[in-house]
Amino acid sequence: MAILEIKGLRKSFGGVMAVAGMDLKVEDGHIDSIIGPNGAGKSTLFNLISGYYPCDEGRVFFKGQDITDLPPQKIAKMGIGRSFQVTNIFPKLTVFENIQATFLYTRGKGLKLFSDLKKFFTQEAEEILSNVGLIDQAGELAGILAAGDRKRLELGIVLATGPDLLLLDEPTCGMSPKETANTIDLIKEIAEKESLSVLFTEHKMDVVFGIAFHITVMNFGSIIAAGKPDDIRANEKVQQIYFGENRCSSK
Amino acid sequence: MQAERKNSAAKWLYGAITALVLIILPFVLEKGFSEYYLYLATKIMVWALFAMSFNLALGYGGMMSFGHAAFFGIGAYTCSLLLVKTSCPLPLAFVIAPFVAAGAGVIIGFFSVRIKGVFYFATITLSFAQLAYILAFKWRSFTFGDDGIQGIPIPALISTDETYINYYFFALIIIVICIYVLWKIVKSPFGLMLRSLRENPERATFVGMKVENYRLIAFVISAFFSGIAGVLYAFLETAISPDILFWSMSGEVILMGLLGGMHIFLGPALGATIMVLLNSFITSYTEYWGMVLGIALILIVLFFPKGVGGLMLEQYQKWMKRKGV
Amino acid sequence: MGFDASMLFVQFISGLSRAMILFLMSSGLTLVFGVMGVVNFAHGAFYMIGAYLAFTLTEILTGFVGFWVALLIAPTIVCLIGGLVEVLLLRRIYEKEHLLQILLTYALIFVFNDIIKMIWGVDLRIVSLPPALGGFFTFFGHSFPVYYFFIIGVGGTVALLLWLLLKKTRFGKLLRASAERRDMVGLLGYNVGGLFTLVFVMATWLGGLSGAVIAPTVRLSLGMDMEIIIECFIVVIVGGLGNIWGALLGALIAGQIYAFGILFVPKYAMAFLFILAAVIIIFRPYGLLGKPAQARG
Repeated sequence: MAILEIKGLRKSFGGVMAVAGMDLKVEDGHIDSIIGPNGAGKSTLFNLISGYYPCDEGRVFFKGQDITDLPPQKIAKMGIGRSFQVTNIFPKLTVFENIQATFLYTRGKGLKLFSDLKKFFTQEAEEILSNVGLIDQAGELAGILAAGDRKRLELGIVLATGPDLLLLDEPTCGMSPKETANTIDLIKEIAEKESLSVLFTEHKMDVVFGIAFHITVMNFGSIIAAGKPDDIRANEKVQQIYFGENRCSSK
Repeated sequence: MQAERKNSAAKWLYGAITALVLIILPFVLEKGFSEYYLYLATKIMVWALFAMSFNLALGYGGMMSFGHAAFFGIGAYTCSLLLVKTSCPLPLAFVIAPFVAAGAGVIIGFFSVRIKGVFYFATITLSFAQLAYILAFKWRSFTFGDDGIQGIPIPALISTDETYINYYFFALIIIVICIYVLWKIVKSPFGLMLRSLRENPERATFVGMKVENYRLIAFVISAFFSGIAGVLYAFLETAISPDILFWSMSGEVILMGLLGGMHIFLGPALGATIMVLLNSFITSYTEYWGMVLGIALILIVLFFPKGVGGLMLEQYQKWMKRKGV
Repeated sequence: MGFDASMLFVQFISGLSRAMILFLMSSGLTLVFGVMGVVNFAHGAFYMIGAYLAFTLTEILTGFVGFWVALLIAPTIVCLIGGLVEVLLLRRIYEKEHLLQILLTYALIFVFNDIIKMIWGVDLRIVSLPPALGGFFTFFGHSFPVYYFFIIGVGGTVALLLWLLLKKTRFGKLLRASAERRDMVGLLGYNVGGLFTLVFVMATWLGGLSGAVIAPTVRLSLGMDMEIIIECFIVVIVGGLGNIWGALLGALIAGQIYAFGILFVPKYAMAFLFILAAVIIIFRPYGLLGKPAQARG
């Protein structure tokens, strides 16, 4: 069964087609990837799925339910967790608090006005922090973490929302090759352990071919190729647009 | 584990010392100096409560309200009008007043919390507060207009006619309770939620928070405690005028918050202490108190943007580190 | 009392003259916000200094000459002070958060108030009008000061000059561009610091001018800056923060609301203005002429 299904999705900004009628399916338990050069519409697609922008046309189904016109917080609650291309954390909270705050809300405990914070999700937050390898930095302010650590913290935040589907926007952007490898292993491991489905965008080709079951290639808001990694690797059109592209977008 | 126990022992020690000082202080002030200093000490506490209530909105909720004078004033006016115009007993009037202030907080907050941008938020809260001011100023038959309310009847037990000492303790008890409640809120799951959405409303939306609801609740709580501060102020002065609803009052409480440090729980109380003391001492030397205040603020903005409290905390942490090494 | 047409006309003229003062003030406020991204709480202080300078200048040089000299010299001195403030203080906080900017300009209010207290004292001051402008105009039995027309004339002239400046000059183009995209000025290779100083000088000149123009119609007192600055905030928000024509529209609306509010509900005339601001912020947070993106500020 497909956990995410997109039909005929369309979005334009002042006449510029950002997403021009896309169809996409993510099978339950898969780790799939969307690739494409800067400005291909990958982030817009994520913004449409997660409800940040309203769609012009088309529908989005999650676990068979139509989520097209729902607000972002509803979609988040249904089980789609997303990370951002530009890392999006709570900089002036500690690493631990970042995760704890996420737990509090998603489990509906945020309105406890007079209870002791220490009694809420301390263990769960620590578990996630050790999963993403940040347990030693638990007490530090998130804002002073190194770029790679921030990405991992954001992954932790997304995991704390208890998602069934992860939308990761360039999860290894700004990481060294070693960090990249670690993070990819981490995503794979967590996805297997928690039986999550993952849809991620990426620039580093080796990363994508290493873990994706299924790859969709986008350019100018449309799909130009889709298939198994080996098919994509052999595709001429893909090779053309990817010649020389290996930086992550700096938006 | 041992460090933690040591830490909590130190906390108890500091707490006990503070309590002792607050209890002994009024007697020292009264015997050693004069009633005026006792009055001043009480005034500081009242303003400290106001500033800390306000800071729940600014420092924790990230809401730059320029209308908190409204809640302070509505608290003071509600209680005073009940006492002057009706036969409502004082304890009941005292309880009703903050709820009326909170009610005003619900109304103003309902329209304001969804507004983005510091300046827009400041202007809309300011506009509502100025409406309250105009009502108090012009609606003579109900509020006594610019004459204000004189001679608010206060029972002998906490009367300030002869000495401020009884009232000092009355205010102290209430303020300590309020501050304790504020502390519990700040340290609760709700408090963490509030800080998180102040930091990053976008991320907060994506983990599924309804940002407006949290902001509204914080705003209303803040209005409630500001109302209590208003009542205590009315009793302390035994007279009030529409001036306490004017926007410059809102400005003053903002200054206290920023001066003391809005990201530190007790920061605004420190700010209130500095402002009230500076005001009363400088005005006795020179009529140019505004100049001193203005220059002090400019220096703080340029060199110590975390406020006096932030500066002290930084120094303290440095000192602890050096001692630790 | 009945409201006949001539009375409504008189109210309209009085509203228009008030609107022009508000426009002179708000255009400076909104210009500084649009280009520099700073909300200048101290803008009213420059207006007050302008008014007090006009008082002193007309004391020294009496008569018609004195009035015109005051009208030219007072804003000039004010804008020099403005330039100094920008170079010495504001320049250091452009990168900092909005709160600190508000605090700094707020602090300036205290400082300027006390400087005025030191120089001019706390007594109320009255600026006399030259006889030619001092008379009254009678219109079907209702009279109003001739000076109202003068104010309207000054406001109109400034609006026209601003329009020419923005539309027809390179500097104007640069201003409009940077109001739209603040980061662009630097990218285009212009000296951002110089531009900011110039804009602030211009804005404070407008503030000083409004003070000098209004001086003969009010009693000068400490705190007169506060009375007007709040109104100006409302004007710029109603019109759209950063938009000069929005400020003009907002000023016209605010002036008429006040003039007719005072006719019908004299006690609560100011209340209408605050209600207007609340309604605008709630339903059209970027103002009548603003663009939605600006609401994120």
